[in-house]
Amino acid sequence: MRAFTYEKAASPAEAATAAARNAEAKFVAGGTNLLDLMKLQIETPTHLIDVNGLGLDTIEATPEGGLRIGAMVRNTALAADARVRRDYAVLSRALLAGASGQLRNRATTAGNLLQRTRCPYFYDTAQPCNKRQPGSGCSALGGFSRQLGVVGTSDSCIATHPSDMAVAMRVLDATVETVKPDASTRSIPLAGLHRLPGSTPHLETALEPGELITAVTLPKPAGGRHIYRKVRDRASYAFALISVAAVIQRDGRGKVALGGVAPKPWRVEAAEAELPRGAKAAAKAMFAGARPTDENAFKLPLVERTLAAVLAEARG
Amino acid sequence: MNRRDLIAAAGACAALPSMVGAARGQPVPIGEPVRASVSFRVNGAGHHLELDTRTTLLDALREHLKLTGTKKGCDHGQCGACTVLVDGQRINSCLTLAVMNQGSEVTTIEGLGSVDNLHPMQAAFVKHDGFQCGYCTPGQICSAVAVLDEIKAGIPSHVSADLEGAMAVSEAELRERMSGNICRCGAYSNIVEAMTDVAGRQG
Repeated sequence: MRAFTYEKAASPAEAATAAARNAEAKFVAGGTNLLDLMKLQIETPTHLIDVNGLGLDTIEATPEGGLRIGAMVRNTALAADARVRRDYAVLSRALLAGASGQLRNRATTAGNLLQRTRCPYFYDTAQPCNKRQPGSGCSALGGFSRQLGVVGTSDSCIATHPSDMAVAMRVLDATVETVKPDASTRSIPLAGLHRLPGSTPHLETALEPGELITAVTLPKPAGGRHIYRKVRDRASYAFALISVAAVIQRDGRGKVALGGVAPKPWRVEAAEAELPRGAKAAAKAMFAGARPTDENAFKLPLVERTLAAVLAEARG
Repeated sequence: MNRRDLIAAAGACAALPSMVGAARGQPVPIGEPVRASVSFRVNGAGHHLELDTRTTLLDALREHLKLTGTKKGCDHGQCGACTVLVDGQRINSCLTLAVMNQGSEVTTIEGLGSVDNLHPMQAAFVKHDGFQCGYCTPGQICSAVAVLDEIKAGIPSHVSADLEGAMAVSEAELRERMSGNICRCGAYSNIVEAMTDVAGRQG
């Protein structure tokens, strides 16, 4: 691991200012993804700004009837929150489908969103990876790609965003609140937080240098059946091959987002008009422009069948 | 991607021609070590340490405080051998820096019980043969103690049928909740029996 200096920030704005001062600085919250990557020298910050002590660890009701989730709320605490379990069950379910009990106890809301979009070649420093070293090439395109992305990918990168939580937040129309180094704040719809790789897969989010996520807000509960179904190679503690987050209303209308298929939580609002007509039409619309590899083309029918099961469960 | 896929991918990559050489990551200078101080309590005793900032809580426990009960398995949060309790919650001590735990109360396997006064979970692991080589066992036991607390606190799991109801101590629940602790000897079924035994006695 590369040596680094360490500070505990005193306020969100101060943390953002400190981060903007040093291009090699990183925020550390739970640390469960960052420290893993630092040990492998894939992440090499020279300065860490600990943002755990900023008081961003509460879940509060908003005046609009929704919830404001502090950026440092741990995944376990969020999944277990009574309001989330009752009104946003798809979010509890998605969180509980991810990682392990130990990791969920430390991993934070903002950290979960900002974990690296990644693939095994990103982890292998002996191999080319456009994300790790821009311009070096993508080993995954001609390599082992069974687990990797089928849509939203590019000739530079086919890695997937591994979060389950983010898929549920996308279907719930979550918004990310941030503070910038100049102390100004802004709201970013979750749909706009993660960038598609294009020719710059090393740039994963719309955040500016030093910009710190302070909270994630959820609009008032939408009702409906909340379902998160994750398909993976083992029953627990594995990344999704594919996952479906859905909020389905009694009349068959609803919202759907997919995990495990793209470099970001994958939702195509236009496809949702097809939901009352069944999974086949909706899946086809969600996968418009999909470019699977020979090894991961199975994800398209797998999504269609999983979505069909989700819609049947919602009706039942 | 499971481990088998990763190994297969690594093997295939190794066979790629040398044209990838130019694209390999440039080694980064490691830099001068930076030291920082941190205080926390471990098993009831206060400690003040001056550490390289890179020191994980795991290495602080093992190498600096000589509490070698906590084990280093993968050192990447995948195996659970390093599981300890921090402020009552189980975490992977390999994925947190010691300096991030200022003021924390850490409990390791040494703090749960002693040879003469075993923690009920330690006694149950012995009774039910919940281990073979023993390397993952301190992490398994710390995790198992926390799992029963989490169920008692009503924290749901992936296999809980009802998110809002009371949580059960079923085999399915215990297996799901323990999935972050890997045992290569395969003592899982006996670990479930040990945990069920302790949960039953707790009522």
